[in-house]
Amino acid sequence: MKNTLIAGAAALAALFTGAASAQSITGAGATFPAPIYQKWFADYHAAHSGVQINYQAIGSGGGIKQLTDGTVDFGASDKPMSDTEVAAVKVKPLHFPTVLGGVVLTYNVPGVETGLQLSGDVVAGIFMGTIKKWNDPKIKADNKKANLPDKDIVVVRRSDSSGTSFVFTDYLSQVSPEWKSKVGAATAVQWPTGLGQKGSDGVAGMVKQTPNSIGYVELLFAAQNKMTFADLKNASGKYVKATFESVTAAAAASKGLDKDFRGSIVNAPGAKSYPLSTYTWLLIPSQIADAGKKKAITEFLKWMLTDGQKQAEGLSYAPLPAAVAKQVQAQIALIK
Amino acid sequence: MATHTAAARPIRKKRLIGGDELAKAFTLFFAVLILVVTGTLVYQLWITSSPAKEKFGFGFLASTLWNPVTDEYGALPFIYGTVLTAFLALVISVPLGVGAAIYLSELALPKVSNALTFLVELLAAVPSVIFGLLAIFTLVPAMRDYVQPALQKVFGFSPLFGGPIFGVGYLTAGIILAVMTFPFIISVSREALMAVPREQREAALALGATKWESTWQIVVPFARLGILGSVFLGLARALGETMAVTMVIGNDPAIHASLLSPGYTIAAVIANEFAEASGKMYPSALVELGLVLFALTMLINGLAQLMIVLTTKKGAAKG
Amino acid sequence: MRPTMTPRNRWRNSVNNVMLTLTGVCAAVSVSSLFLILGYLLFNGGKSVDLNFFTKLPLSPGQVGGGMANAIVGSTTIVLLASLIGLPVGFLSGVYLAEFSPKSFGFLIRYTADLLNGVPSIVIGIFAWSLIVHNMHHFSAIAGGFALSLMLIPITARGTEQFLLEVPRTMREGALALGAPMWVTIATVIVPAARKGIMTSMILGVARISGETAPLLFTALGNEYWATSLNEPTASLPVMIFTHATAPYEDWHRQAWAAGLVLLGLVFVANILARTIVSRGASLPK
Repeated sequence: MKNTLIAGAAALAALFTGAASAQSITGAGATFPAPIYQKWFADYHAAHSGVQINYQAIGSGGGIKQLTDGTVDFGASDKPMSDTEVAAVKVKPLHFPTVLGGVVLTYNVPGVETGLQLSGDVVAGIFMGTIKKWNDPKIKADNKKANLPDKDIVVVRRSDSSGTSFVFTDYLSQVSPEWKSKVGAATAVQWPTGLGQKGSDGVAGMVKQTPNSIGYVELLFAAQNKMTFADLKNASGKYVKATFESVTAAAAASKGLDKDFRGSIVNAPGAKSYPLSTYTWLLIPSQIADAGKKKAITEFLKWMLTDGQKQAEGLSYAPLPAAVAKQVQAQIALIK
Repeated sequence: MATHTAAARPIRKKRLIGGDELAKAFTLFFAVLILVVTGTLVYQLWITSSPAKEKFGFGFLASTLWNPVTDEYGALPFIYGTVLTAFLALVISVPLGVGAAIYLSELALPKVSNALTFLVELLAAVPSVIFGLLAIFTLVPAMRDYVQPALQKVFGFSPLFGGPIFGVGYLTAGIILAVMTFPFIISVSREALMAVPREQREAALALGATKWESTWQIVVPFARLGILGSVFLGLARALGETMAVTMVIGNDPAIHASLLSPGYTIAAVIANEFAEASGKMYPSALVELGLVLFALTMLINGLAQLMIVLTTKKGAAKG
Repeated sequence: MRPTMTPRNRWRNSVNNVMLTLTGVCAAVSVSSLFLILGYLLFNGGKSVDLNFFTKLPLSPGQVGGGMANAIVGSTTIVLLASLIGLPVGFLSGVYLAEFSPKSFGFLIRYTADLLNGVPSIVIGIFAWSLIVHNMHHFSAIAGGFALSLMLIPITARGTEQFLLEVPRTMREGALALGAPMWVTIATVIVPAARKGIMTSMILGVARISGETAPLLFTALGNEYWATSLNEPTASLPVMIFTHATAPYEDWHRQAWAAGLVLLGLVFVANILARTIVSRGASLPK
C-alpha cells in the first residue's frame, strides 16, 4: 500500500517534469481480441517492465481511423484494411494476424437454456426484422424439440464501427441474397432493426440483462459471462458449435491469406468448420521513427508470434496455424 | 506608484493612473482570449462540417438515412430523439419542479425552505455519468420488468406504447433527463416566486382567496416569465446532455413511434461514433450534427436568459 | 369573521388542501430522489470500495481485484491542468468585465462567455480533438485539460464579475479618494472583499468539470497504466465509470460503483464547502 502510494506520488511528480521512464506505446482498435491483447500486454509488461503497451478497445473502425490520423502507434481490426484504406495512411500499415476467433450468436431466452440451432437465412431474417418472434415457424424448423416462447425477439447489434460486425454481415451477405442487396457487408451498416451497443462487451452486457434477446459477440465474451450461444449451420449443412477445433478447421479449409496476410475465412467449407470464424490483425506502421518504440514493438511481435500463441486456447481463441505464424514472423523485418 | 494631481492628467470617467493602463491591457488580453477561443471553436465547427453541408444541404435536416457504407447521412432521427427525450423530460420535471418550487417559496418555513433548496441544488451538481450509472443498474431493469409491461398493458392499444420491451429507449432517457433537470427548474422558479412582492399575495388573501387561489392565480402568473425561463434552462440542459442519455437510449438511428423503443440523440451519436468516423464525409456529418445541436441550445439559452432577466429582481445586475 | 361554508367554499377549501399537499409531495419527491441516489451509491459503492481500488491498476477483464489508482491520479492531473488554464483566464476576464470594460465591448464578452458556457460538452470534445489531438497526433492529458478549461472559463469569469460588482461603491470610492490607482484598489480592496464569492465560483466550477466525461472521450482517451507524461492518453474516473458500467463483467460493475461513490463524494464535498463559504443572504453564482 505504502509503496503504491509512493509510486502514485512519484508518477504525479514525474508527469509534471515530463520524465518518461518507461517506453510507452498506445494502440487502439477491435474489441473482438481485446481480452487476449490486454492479457498479452499485461504479461509482456510484467516480463519487460520497461515497456508499457496501452490498448484502448474502441472498435475496429476506431482503430483504423486513429491509425490513419496518426494518433496511435498501432491499430487493431478484425476486418482487414482495404486497398483504399491502406492508401489513405501516410505510412503504409502492415497486417499482422494474431489469433483466430469465432463470432457467436449469444441469446437469453428463458426456457431455452442450451442447444439452440440456427441456420444462416434464419439469422438474416432475425437481424432484418422479418422474423419477429421466437416461436416463428422458421426458427421452430431448426429446433424441433425446443420450447420457444411467444415473445418478441430483442435484437442487439453493434452501434460502433466494428470488425466483428464486418465478419457477421459478411457471413449474412453470403448466406442471404436479400441481406446482401438490402444491407451489405461493412464495419458499420444501416441496421434494419435492433438496439446498438458499444463493443462486443456492450452487446454481451445487454443480452445478458435483457430477456428474449439475441446478439453477436466474440466467443470469449459469451464464455466468460456463462452465456449460451447457438450452433450455426455451416456451408456443408452441419450445425456446428464454436470451439477451438471448429474455428481451426475453418482456417484450415479456407484458401490461404494473401501476400499481405489479409483474407477471410467466413462461411468456410468442410463439415467441421464454424462459419463465423475470422482472423484478427494488428496494424503496425511499416516505418517507425522512434527507435525505442520500434524496438519495443518488433520484440513484442516476435514474442506474440511464439510465446503469446500459447495463451490463445486458454482464452477461447485459436492460435494461428503454425505455417502462418512462421510466415508472419518474416514480416517483422519489413518494419523500418 | 506616484499619484498624479488632477491637473496633470485629463479627468476621465474612471481615473486610470500609471499602472492602470497596464492592468487594463493585461486583463483585456484574457477577456479577448475568450473571444478568440469561442471564435476558433465556431470557425472550426463550421469548416469541418463544410463537406457535409455542401453535399447534403438543408436536406440533411430532413433525411432519415444514416449509412456509413454509402456515406449518406441525415439528421432527422437524431433531432427527433433529442427533442422527444427533452420533451418527455419536461413533461415530467416541470409539474414536479414548479410544484416543489411553490411549496418551497409559499408554504415552507424559511429555514426548511433554505435547507431543502440546498439539498435540491446539490442534486444539480451530480455528474451526468453517475446518473447514467444509476440508470443502467436501477432504472433500466425497473422499466423493463415493471413499468414498461404495465404501461403496455394499460395503453398497449396506442402505437405510443407498442413494440418489444427493451428497458432502454426514449422513455427511460426522458425519465433520467427529468431527474437531471428538475433541480434547475426548482431553484430558478423558487427565486422567481420569492421575488413576487408580498402585497400581491396579501391583496388576494384580503379579498377572500384561499392560499392556493392566491398562489395559482396571482403569484405564479406574476412570476411566469421567470418560471418559463427556468423551463428553458432545463430544456437547454436536457438537449445537450450526453452521458446519461448515451447509456440508456438504445443507440438506434431511426425514428420509432413507440416511446418504449430505442432511439438516438445528437449528443449520443457523436459520443459513440466520433472516435471511429473515418474518411471525410462521416466526421463532417457528425460535426454538422454538433453544429445543429449547438444552434438549438444557443437559441434556448438565449430565450432563458432573457426571461430570467425580466423577472428576478437582481436580474439587472447579473446581466 | 369566518367565511360562510357554502358548498362552493367547501369545494374551494378542498381544492386548496389538495393542491397544497400536492406541492408538498412534489417537494418531497424531489428531495427524496437526492437521498435515493446517495443511498444507492453508498450501498453499492460502499461494499465495492476497498483498498485495492485506491492502490491498484486495472486488471484485464475477468480478473478480480484490480483498482483505479491511475484514474484517480489521472483525473487529478487533468483537472489541475484545466484549472491552471481556466481559473486565471476566467478570473482576469471577470476583473476586466467588472472594472475596466466599456459597456458595449463588455456586453460582447459577456455574451460570448455565455455562448461558450452553452456549448454542449460533446461539442467541446470535438473542438479539443481537432485543435490538439489531431494536430499533435496523439491523445493526451493536455488535450483533456484544455477541453475542460473551456468549460471552466465562463463559469469563473461570470462568477468573478458578479461578486466584484457586489462590492459596495463606498469601498471603491474610499480607496480612490485616497489617491490609489485603480489596479491597486482592485488588488487590495475590491478583490479581497469579494474573495468569498469568487472562491465559491472557482470551487463550484472545478467540481463541475471534474465530473465531466464527454470532453475527455476523444482527448484524454484512457490508459491501463500510469501515464508517464502529460502528452499521453490518461485514465480518468468519469471515463472509467462509463466504460466499466457498460461492460458485461461483474467485477467491472463493482468498480464502476466504487468509482461513482468516490467521484460523487469529491463533488459533493466541494459543493458543500463552497456553499458554506458564501455568507447567508448572498446569492449563488448561476
